[in-house]
Amino acid sequence: MPDFEAVVGLEVHLHLKTKSKMFCGCDADYFGDPPNTHTCPVCLGLPGVLPVVNAQAVEYGILFGLALNCQIAPWTQFHRKSYYYPDMPKNYQISQYDLPIAAHGYLEVEGQRVRIKRVHLEEDAAKSTHPEGAPYSLIDLNRAGSPLIEMVTEPDIRTPEQARIFLSHIRSIAQTLGVSDANPEEGKMRADVNVSVRRVGEPLGTKVEIKNLNSFRSVARALEYEIRRQQEILRSGRRVEQATLGFDEAAGKTYVMRLKEGEADYRYFPDPDLPPIVVDEAWLARLKAAMPELPAQKYARYVEAGVRPYDAEILAYNPSLARFFDQTLACYRGNPQTVANLLNADVAGYLNERQMEVQETALTPEHLAALAGLFERREITNRVLSQLLPEVMEGADPLKLVEERGLRAVADEGALRPLVERVVAANPKVVEQVKGGNLKAANALLGPIMKETKGTAKADVVKKMLGEMLGVEL
Amino acid sequence: MLAHEIVKNIQSGQVSPQEVVSASLQRIAQLEPRLHALIRLNPQAEQEAALVEQRLARGEHLPLAGVPVVLKDNICTQDLATTCGSRMLADFVPPYSATVVEKLRQAGAVVVAKANMDEFAMGSSTEYSAFGPTRNPWDTERVPGGTSGGSAAAVAAGMVPLALGTDTGGSVRQPAALCGVYGFKPTYGRISRYGVVATASSLDQVGTMARTVQDLALLSDVVSGYDPMDSTSLEIQAQFAAALQASSRGLTIGLVKEALAVGNSPGVLEALERFRSVMEAQGVRFVEVSLPSLEYALAAYYIVNTAEISSNLARYDGTLYGLRVPGEDSTTTMMQSREHGFGPEVQRRILMGTFVLSSGYYEAYYGKALRARARIKADFDRAFSQADLLLTPTSPFPAFRLGEKTTDPLSMYLADIDTVAVNLAGLPAMSIPAGFEGHLPVGVQLIGKALHDEQIFVAANAFEQATERAFARAAI
Ligand SMILES: [Zn+2]
Repeated sequence: MPDFEAVVGLEVHLHLKTKSKMFCGCDADYFGDPPNTHTCPVCLGLPGVLPVVNAQAVEYGILFGLALNCQIAPWTQFHRKSYYYPDMPKNYQISQYDLPIAAHGYLEVEGQRVRIKRVHLEEDAAKSTHPEGAPYSLIDLNRAGSPLIEMVTEPDIRTPEQARIFLSHIRSIAQTLGVSDANPEEGKMRADVNVSVRRVGEPLGTKVEIKNLNSFRSVARALEYEIRRQQEILRSGRRVEQATLGFDEAAGKTYVMRLKEGEADYRYFPDPDLPPIVVDEAWLARLKAAMPELPAQKYARYVEAGVRPYDAEILAYNPSLARFFDQTLACYRGNPQTVANLLNADVAGYLNERQMEVQETALTPEHLAALAGLFERREITNRVLSQLLPEVMEGADPLKLVEERGLRAVADEGALRPLVERVVAANPKVVEQVKGGNLKAANALLGPIMKETKGTAKADVVKKMLGEMLGVEL
Repeated sequence: MLAHEIVKNIQSGQVSPQEVVSASLQRIAQLEPRLHALIRLNPQAEQEAALVEQRLARGEHLPLAGVPVVLKDNICTQDLATTCGSRMLADFVPPYSATVVEKLRQAGAVVVAKANMDEFAMGSSTEYSAFGPTRNPWDTERVPGGTSGGSAAAVAAGMVPLALGTDTGGSVRQPAALCGVYGFKPTYGRISRYGVVATASSLDQVGTMARTVQDLALLSDVVSGYDPMDSTSLEIQAQFAAALQASSRGLTIGLVKEALAVGNSPGVLEALERFRSVMEAQGVRFVEVSLPSLEYALAAYYIVNTAEISSNLARYDGTLYGLRVPGEDSTTTMMQSREHGFGPEVQRRILMGTFVLSSGYYEAYYGKALRARARIKADFDRAFSQADLLLTPTSPFPAFRLGEKTTDPLSMYLADIDTVAVNLAGLPAMSIPAGFEGHLPVGVQLIGKALHDEQIFVAANAFEQATERAFARAAI
């Protein structure tokens, strides 16, 4: 029975995949473009400009809220959040305050509910860089005014692993909805973590905030370190100090960025340039109707269809694999588990090696279905399957390959007998070893047979024949 | 020449746009040294007039063909400095033009100059301009009112027939009254604010100024209308010129009891009385109405106004544009730039606004002001169930002397007592020249129902016709 438990809440920022920025017409897809090329008077905050809400961003906010089982505000509003910072052109951020677009939702993580406190829309700031030794800083305003979703959970997470899974679920949902690439590497998803530790059953401890964690792994590692650190402090009878922490990736340690100062006063007030937005029933109904199937629903459907839960989860929470899986099942009559195996093992291995998405390869659902069919009907062997995969991934038709190369599995003992007898006769030493009880040595007989038959000989049939010939149970 | 006469004469070929514009520039050259109504001339004005001529030759319909106009200097003009009367933006040249400027250019108007104003449209006398005060054309020892004092003085002095100002709490109507011209602030949302440098966003509205109701209607028709760049703009067709065909007979005008009860000067009371008797003879009925919450208007106004100012003016930090007084780090640069860039009234309002939005004080000030604002709106709604239009003074007194109120901010704020409630309620209102106190012009204010702006023009037109334009004559 562990004496301590961690109490963790997450604050996640997602960059929305809208065409234009949150309040102006600038192209929101600036990734990789030269600095300050995606700007206009509005996102530069020039005197006289006015914001106009991006309707697509509002819809994305609503979709995301719906996917997290939130209540959607019938009436929502933008506030100004005031603070001075050189990368904030207006020196206030247009955000949401007491009327967020969505609130009071939840997400199931391995059977446990993590409550979602709120989901709101806001604009991002510019990006400053501070060149080493230079007497100036550089500001790139491409990001200024980009649309963001901020999502805040209740402190319902207890372990670093839960936090990691929660975040990967959030990413899957965002990708499935198409509202965000949710890619931490490109800065499309950022997480801040609140964590405190307490003795089980006792009131909440002092919490610290860990800022700007840029991968799910960092979140888990930072939490592991921080939970341990706080436990040690509590064990030694000292007190945890409220602070904002950073995480040193290389050292695997958190460090203090700043100790608690007075609560910042952001002087929130309703933005007079933006009239409130009414989300009426008709709009909501249209968005609900347009909701794609969510990962949790996919998971349930896959399990229902006979896919093992382990495989179902991998597929359901990977939107690109899930899409391909569904397309394959549409032209496949056999056991879905066979396709799931192929995707999660063979195809995934190929993709991981090359850092690709399945959609970026020449593999078609029809070809994958054909391959699965061949294998399931035992018309090709495991070995042939592995042989064929790279070519099928590059667009080859597996049926054609099997026909042209004569790779259909051979299970006919009569057809195999001459070859098996020849190999047994040619390897007397190995035969001795096997007969002497070293069953593993039989592999040395299996090898040449497979080679001779280009892998088409069914291993179990050959094994059975060898066993009979040598009088052992292989 | 009046605007509609210019358009007629240009269209009939009696005079060219270049001739009209150069006449305007000559009058400016002659009077500007005495009045200082303007901050900057448009060096392109004559070329723009030539372009108007070419467009006319191509057969384009230009409702303001060749009409010289001045713009208050908080209305952004591409490639022409827009200073807001502030050191902070003394060298700021916008890379874009306000929607109203685009509309004016499209209609064939020629912007000849940018007009002087109180810094960032805070004040009531144009004395808070960083570039020196404007003088009233009727008496150069006196102020033209503010904050659109430069625009009002330019129209009153005949430099141009038309001008745009902005009206946050009376800044078009009060200088119009003090300079003896018409000044109109439409229902909030009828003229785009895009490109108009914000003072207090929920109160700001562009307003029009002219020497006749017909000219005022002509200009108002051109600059009104929906703008997708302004989320608060309304989709309503402007019909100001058309309203001049309607009769005022049968209208009911409410006399606002509370506005008459405060100390108004004799000339103001006389003008109100005159307006009433003239309009009664035109078949207009007068009733007394009450706006009990009016006593909270000034307090509520200065809380909302300063709160929004503190936020709107936060962007002037010396980073991207505007005055930059470099310091050792970005925070010092920001603080020094603001300290040197903003005058005392602007700094005062930023401080007040920052205070009223601070946590712990928000409810006591800003929250309460919003509730007062709602009550004032409700009062107006009730009054408009009894009357089509409401009558009040535009200002309790005619033009005051330069320096008379600058030492006491509160007495300056009181100059807005008759006008601020209209902005809090988002209503349309016009200041109509209706008399004189000695040699100084006096205006009365007609307030309309929201979206019924045109009805004000009906009544103003009837008064002007009946009095044969006796009160809007040229100042010089
Ligand atoms: Zn932009």
